[in-house]
Amino acid sequence: MTTAQLGDIREDGSATATRRKLVVIGNGMAGARTVEEILARGGGELFDITVFGDEPYGNYNRILLSGVLSGQSDATDIFINPLDWYADNDIELRAGARVNHVDREAHLVHADDGSCAPYDKLIVATGSRPFVPPIDGVMNGHGPRPGIFVFRTIDDCSAIAHYAQSCSRAAVIGGGLLGLEAARGLLSHGVEVHVVEAGPHLMGQQLDAQGGRILARTLREMGIGVHCGAATTAITGDDHVTGLTFKDGTHLACDMVVVAAGIRPNAELAAACGLDVERAVVVDDQMRTQDPDVYAVGECAQHRNMVYGLVAPLWEQAEVLADHITGTDLSAAYEGSKLATKLKVMGVELAVMGIKEPEHDDDEVLQFSEPQRGVYKTVILRDGRLVGATLLGDVSKVSYLTQLFDKGTPLPEDRLELMFDLGAPVAAVPVGALPDDTQICNCNGVSKGDIARCASGGALSVGAVMKATRAGTGCGSCKAQVEEIVTWAAGGDLVEDPSAHYYVPGVPFPKAELVEQIRRLDLRSASEVFDALAGGRDDPASKMGLTSLLRTIWGPDELGDERDARYINDRVHANIQRDGTFSVVPGISGGVTSADQLRRIADVADKYAVPMIKITGGQRIDLLGITKEDLPRVWKDLGMRSGHAYGKSFRTVKSCVGTDFCRFGVGDAISLGVEMEDRFKGLEAPAKLKLAVAGCPRNCSEAMVKDVGAVAVEGGRWEIYVGGAAGAHVRKGDVLCTVDSHEEVLQITGRFMQYYREHARWLERTYAFVPRIGLDELRAIVVDDRDGIAARLDAEMQRTIDEYVEPWQTEAAAPVTANQFAAPIAMSV
Amino acid sequence: MSSTESLVERSLGPIGQIPLGEGRAFHVADHHIAVFRLREGGLAATQADCPHRGGPLADGIVGQNSVVCPLHAQRFALATGLAEVGDCDISVYPCRIDAKGDIVVTIPA
Repeated sequence: MTTAQLGDIREDGSATATRRKLVVIGNGMAGARTVEEILARGGGELFDITVFGDEPYGNYNRILLSGVLSGQSDATDIFINPLDWYADNDIELRAGARVNHVDREAHLVHADDGSCAPYDKLIVATGSRPFVPPIDGVMNGHGPRPGIFVFRTIDDCSAIAHYAQSCSRAAVIGGGLLGLEAARGLLSHGVEVHVVEAGPHLMGQQLDAQGGRILARTLREMGIGVHCGAATTAITGDDHVTGLTFKDGTHLACDMVVVAAGIRPNAELAAACGLDVERAVVVDDQMRTQDPDVYAVGECAQHRNMVYGLVAPLWEQAEVLADHITGTDLSAAYEGSKLATKLKVMGVELAVMGIKEPEHDDDEVLQFSEPQRGVYKTVILRDGRLVGATLLGDVSKVSYLTQLFDKGTPLPEDRLELMFDLGAPVAAVPVGALPDDTQICNCNGVSKGDIARCASGGALSVGAVMKATRAGTGCGSCKAQVEEIVTWAAGGDLVEDPSAHYYVPGVPFPKAELVEQIRRLDLRSASEVFDALAGGRDDPASKMGLTSLLRTIWGPDELGDERDARYINDRVHANIQRDGTFSVVPGISGGVTSADQLRRIADVADKYAVPMIKITGGQRIDLLGITKEDLPRVWKDLGMRSGHAYGKSFRTVKSCVGTDFCRFGVGDAISLGVEMEDRFKGLEAPAKLKLAVAGCPRNCSEAMVKDVGAVAVEGGRWEIYVGGAAGAHVRKGDVLCTVDSHEEVLQITGRFMQYYREHARWLERTYAFVPRIGLDELRAIVVDDRDGIAARLDAEMQRTIDEYVEPWQTEAAAPVTANQFAAPIAMSV
Repeated sequence: MSSTESLVERSLGPIGQIPLGEGRAFHVADHHIAVFRLREGGLAATQADCPHRGGPLADGIVGQNSVVCPLHAQRFALATGLAEVGDCDISVYPCRIDAKGDIVVTIPA
């Protein structure tokens, strides 16, 4: 079929009369991807396309649902094609309409909303539904009882997330990929999570027993309960779920259940209209059913006796189907997928290809297991070829093994090279040598070839390629590889995103040069910097960083303060929340408070009906849900200083009770913590600074994982740690030096922080800054004064401290701008 | 706004209510509007709430004739309302300073 049969031309220039009608049943990943592939082959000219989907949305990436459940992504983040896309491509989407009958004689599909649609060609992409095993007490009439959920759709995610708020313990039935994804999503809702698997070990489809045990161990270390060999026979409870009963009579208490025990193809519709259905809809190598006008694709299709539940085969099927239906390549044939897959389960990387256990007597098995690190690798060889491999926890060899597996290339002499990089530096497979069809991004189904073509086609930066192909925009685990391929494909033409080295994206200078320019040209405001150094382009994303830098260089007194160049938090000295209200955290130095302070905080909470009072991780008290207009009154009533819990600045010093009360304390952590916070409070910096002081190496206040920490050791000495972190990134700090007194702690930590303020990139936390500069270098500069700048750093820090102005009481008394704290201004009409 | 609706001009009071370079939120009739006083001169008015998650656009940072929502950094062109970062566009309203120095916005009646 070619475009030769185009007929009339419509007003908008497109052909119409002889366009045939294509109906797609199913708007999931298979249906939508197939339509994309058809459009890419000019199918928009050949067909009037109608898509039925029983969910009321555009189509989305189901693989990323656990991110939605965990709250890491917004539901809108996982849409592949929003509703607009259908309109833009002249596709009629009937979202929310479920097809309940296909009349193949009349070439007509009927939906449950009473509508129908005629077709010339029909694609069945009905996908799967969750499999709910026969367990007592699951169903009531139409579906699962309250408190019992399946995990398949966006609506399931919102229902689970909502219900979890009132629960303390959740059980997930099913220890396969889907169950573990659900467990990961649940973890962030503050419930205790238990995974219940009827089989002998986790991920039975992908892992052998030993691999499953090592994964279970890793999950337990994350705080997840793992129960294998536990066949659930009943869910107990009347109005609400109280627990699970297992076959052996034991019981697990829980107050909600997610059933993730696998999927079953939705093949009933196809069966009812007489199509061949075994486990799923039977198709040939062109993805056609026995009816030449009806195709099937995705999880509802059975090809050469295989039904696939992973995404990679689906991409391949969609391409062949599109080649065939559009006539682009009538000889295109799908010959089944070699199952090689890379997954990330609860942050643990897993790559699996081929068989998971030896099948023949003379299959050779190489095995490496290191349970402590959660690493497990097996490689199965037959006749000198790789026929199977499992990599858990360390997938560094995956590209190399995939190549051996896909191409059947001869194995290296030294078989250990299959598992480890021996000697250095060794060959990860150079990306140039990877076959073009190697899938790089598993979330979005993007191959090496796609990425390379995009890069050589003119998208010459990594960011541009990621945007155009979607590679690396899912879970992100393939980003490094995407970068490598783009670099390789662009050859010498790669435009390194030059802004990667700028202090802020909109002013083309690295920090040191920017500071020099600002001083040389005597620039005192963000506007002056944009005018002088950025051609007048006032990039809004650069303003906050510039304001911080200008304040560090000039100090607040000599600055042309432009409030509009500040982020809202710094305009109103509070942290904006998701509903536009603010959080108020009074300064409580060292975490030491008093009855009087607590009473005032309680009075304020009553007076302003504060919806949430929260003890923070930094040993302070957070009043959440304060409106902007109440901020000055709240501050006045508190009569306390700002805790600066909103800015890129020095936040807090956690302390332990040290020698005052603790029987183990060897240093006075409380006094030192209070002194440090009083001295450095509100100090502005390129990123926030969280500190702690520990009175002994038991490290109760976690000083070893803070940006700056002091830990008392025997003999009245203090170890100073820098560059620690325990947030999204976890890093133990490095010992910068050991000193003898509180005064020295204050001096050295102050000098370090001043050096950091002057040299760190905008938003570069100390955990990145310290390794970038190098500990030895920092020690030489900050402790040994190799460069002779210690006195200047100390003086700069002292000047900054002397210039500190407490913002709450100052601006509560005298607002700085018009309507600084105003509610929306109501105009009477 | 479709062209068939009738439009009306409303005064929002003196320009001094908005500091240079910042925005403020106004409620007028049934409309919630954010008005920005631009450093390069003139005013811009948009719907008050970000279409992404309802963030207060008047609290956003303005630059290059666009505003960045303070919650999730969605970015919108102030002249057209088109999304520069994000998927959804916003409504914009004609806005000017009259001879008395008052803000005047044009909204559907």
